[in-house]
Amino acid sequence: MKNILTIFKKELRSYFNSPVAYIVIVVFLIITGWFFTSNLFISGVVTMRNVFDIIPFIFLFFIPAISMRTFSEEKKSGTIELLLTKPITDMDIVVGKFLATLTLTATALALTLIYVVSLTFLGPIDTGSIIGAYIGLLLMSGIYIGIGIFASSLTENQVVAFIISFLIVFGLFLLNKVLVFLPPEFASVLEYISVDYHFSNIARGVIDSRDIIYYLSGITIFLLLTRTSLESRRWS
Amino acid sequence: MSIKVENLSKYYGQQAAVNNISFEINTGEIVGFLGPNGAGKSTTMKMITTYLTPNNGKIFVNNVDTETNSMEVRRKIGYLPEQNPLYLDMNVLDYLEYAAELESVPKADIPKAIKKMVDVCGLGEVQHKDIGELSKGFRQRVGLAQAMIHDPEVLILDEPTSGLDPNQIIEIRNLIKKLGKEKTLVLSTHIMQEVEATCDRVLIINKGEIVADGSPDTLQSKFKGQLDITLILKKDSTDKALILKAVSSIKNIDKARILKEDENSIHFSLTGLKGSDVREDIFKKIVSMNMVMLGLHQEETSLEDIFRQLTKN
Repeated sequence: MKNILTIFKKELRSYFNSPVAYIVIVVFLIITGWFFTSNLFISGVVTMRNVFDIIPFIFLFFIPAISMRTFSEEKKSGTIELLLTKPITDMDIVVGKFLATLTLTATALALTLIYVVSLTFLGPIDTGSIIGAYIGLLLMSGIYIGIGIFASSLTENQVVAFIISFLIVFGLFLLNKVLVFLPPEFASVLEYISVDYHFSNIARGVIDSRDIIYYLSGITIFLLLTRTSLESRRWS
Repeated sequence: MSIKVENLSKYYGQQAAVNNISFEINTGEIVGFLGPNGAGKSTTMKMITTYLTPNNGKIFVNNVDTETNSMEVRRKIGYLPEQNPLYLDMNVLDYLEYAAELESVPKADIPKAIKKMVDVCGLGEVQHKDIGELSKGFRQRVGLAQAMIHDPEVLILDEPTSGLDPNQIIEIRNLIKKLGKEKTLVLSTHIMQEVEATCDRVLIINKGEIVADGSPDTLQSKFKGQLDITLILKKDSTDKALILKAVSSIKNIDKARILKEDENSIHFSLTGLKGSDVREDIFKKIVSMNMVMLGLHQEETSLEDIFRQLTKN
């Protein structure tokens, strides 16, 4: 636990010591801000719907971008060798890095609460679905970060890591959109794998254990895959 | 803190990087791994530090198996990998703190440990700078400080002086010597002078195998096959072949050949037998031939020559 915290602090500091975090957060806020305000007064509805609809799209690029350096950079510079010969487990490193990237994403998400606060001045808001949507987005980002970190552990090239994680994330995202073209027996399986399907459940304000289990197990699988990828150095 | 390596092998695909080597390093020894690039020095170190797992064989650090109890082994070892990888965006003090935390130095002892390393490694003037701004010499010191922050009993340094300028090399060597007094120290290098200057014992590694093991002095005397002699004579009308024949006939001279020839002088290269001293005989011979000697130089085979003999294909 202490080791996870050490890695977490170091990773978080290196995000916020470099301009990357700020640039990414600003871009995130500009895009979500535009979707928040552009329709607000035309439609005259007090809703976060537009923002919550666009964020999963932004995540497709945003999360591969912030997670691509986690292991690639250490592989490229060779610091991975230092890290992996310290008395900490591979899993501590993976979890520490995961939590740091999740915290950066949560920070970006938390800044969008400004929109929610400003909505409260305009009329009553649907608190339940808004809380649900934030939890859903955080869980969704968790699975994406897991994928991003895994992709990053595969290569020392950050661009390659970005492309790999984008492809996996985009694939999971698309599943729900192509279901109509598939035979129904496949469809239900693919629906369960689809990130989007579970998000839409939670975003309605219905927090079902099946959806939570889906996300948590997805995160666990990718973190374990990342650990396996780190360990593969030993077999080569 | 001893290191024991038994029948260690590591393959990259079909190629054996390390091929069935065994050796033992005793507490307090300073041991140099000497070998050409790609000989398996780094691979061996990576296995001792648990970064890689051997395909065959076992490694014990103070009787603890690196495979079954790698965390305990890691705690005992301070490691400076090849190329000295560092986080260039961190400043020196933050980095040392990070290293100390990773090594599980108790929180209360961390400031003391950092201060000690800053003093020992001479990092005082750069401690608040980013590592990326430092010169190579200072970066090397940061790498050493990082490796020793938890006061390990075993230090493993992979090419600690590569890429440094001559002054920095001497500084780092002195630092290593100072540190080596209290620790078991293994360093690798492909520079002969380095082992001669710092190590108690040398393991010469070639193509994944140990080809020689011993102190620099014993290796020198064991492999000292011959003397290399350079003889320069003033050129005159005497026939060169005749001189060569005359010189070759001197007792204890093994081989003789003409090295080069210019307007005024002829350079000969002679090889003398082990343990002999042929300078006097050469001098007398030349005088008896009524020739003028311009130079005579005799040298014992150096560790460098031994290294070349053992590691060339």
